[in-house]
Amino acid sequence: MNVATLFFYLFSTVMIASAFMVISSRNPVHSVLFLILAFFNAAGLFLLLGAEFLAMILVVVYVGAVAVLFLFVVMMLDVDFAEFKQGFLQYLPIGGTIGGIVLAELVLVLGAWSIGPGSIASVTTPTPPGMTNTLALGRVLYTQYVYLFQASGLILLTAMIGAIVLTLRHKVGVKRQNVEVQNARTPAEAVEIRKVASRQGV
Amino acid sequence: MTVSLVQFLIVAAILFTLGVAGIILNRKNIIVVLMSVELILLSVNINLVAFSAFLGDLTGQIFALFILTVAAAEAAIGLAILVTYYRNRGSIAVEDINMMKG
Repeated sequence: MNVATLFFYLFSTVMIASAFMVISSRNPVHSVLFLILAFFNAAGLFLLLGAEFLAMILVVVYVGAVAVLFLFVVMMLDVDFAEFKQGFLQYLPIGGTIGGIVLAELVLVLGAWSIGPGSIASVTTPTPPGMTNTLALGRVLYTQYVYLFQASGLILLTAMIGAIVLTLRHKVGVKRQNVEVQNARTPAEAVEIRKVASRQGV
Repeated sequence: MTVSLVQFLIVAAILFTLGVAGIILNRKNIIVVLMSVELILLSVNINLVAFSAFLGDLTGQIFALFILTVAAAEAAIGLAILVTYYRNRGSIAVEDINMMKG
């Protein structure tokens, strides 16, 4: 057993175990932390496959953004999460059955499956030799898939605007800047000149 | 590489199954359901990257990148809806979401 095989088994075992803990943990904070562990191990699997850029992006985007967002929401909501576990045992038979059927079907499909002879010959963007993964991905992403790249940027913009609009809250009684009123001010209405008598004060 | 493609696919299949089972088992806890959706998307990403590496085709990795983008957007929107719902109702119980039932 060489090092790559050893690390494959290490990463995949830890990833599957932590994925199991995500769905079976009582405390959602623990679920999020196990989700982070699963993402790290998936990044390790990506590294084994030679997809370094995606591995780093997985760590940055998922662990740095999505999981932290989950943590924020779980900790912000003042909810008794213990009561949500009530139906766990009730749904366990049907959940286990459906999961088992799905897994059995997938494994059955994989058992009789092999790469078709024409599929390697018909690749559209072959991995260029002697080039780093990031460089090769960039060469394809910014040329052949540039429209999809822009579309994914639009999706992120939509998500950002949607999240802001959904969670923005206008409280009453908060003093806000009113630009029109500020711009409409003139010296005539803003400045008052009083004639103050000498040694009298205002 | 001594690890075969089928081994990666089986790992991804197990992860997918855990995600599906998690959605069914934690039906009442919407946050864990969202996390299970993330697990499913991760398993799809593993599939795409494994095929990309073994076929020598970069398109799979490009696709995985786009799936990552969409997953991030989906998590942000889903959690924003959740926060708004909690603010309005004071709970995140899924059974209570029946105001439009008529």
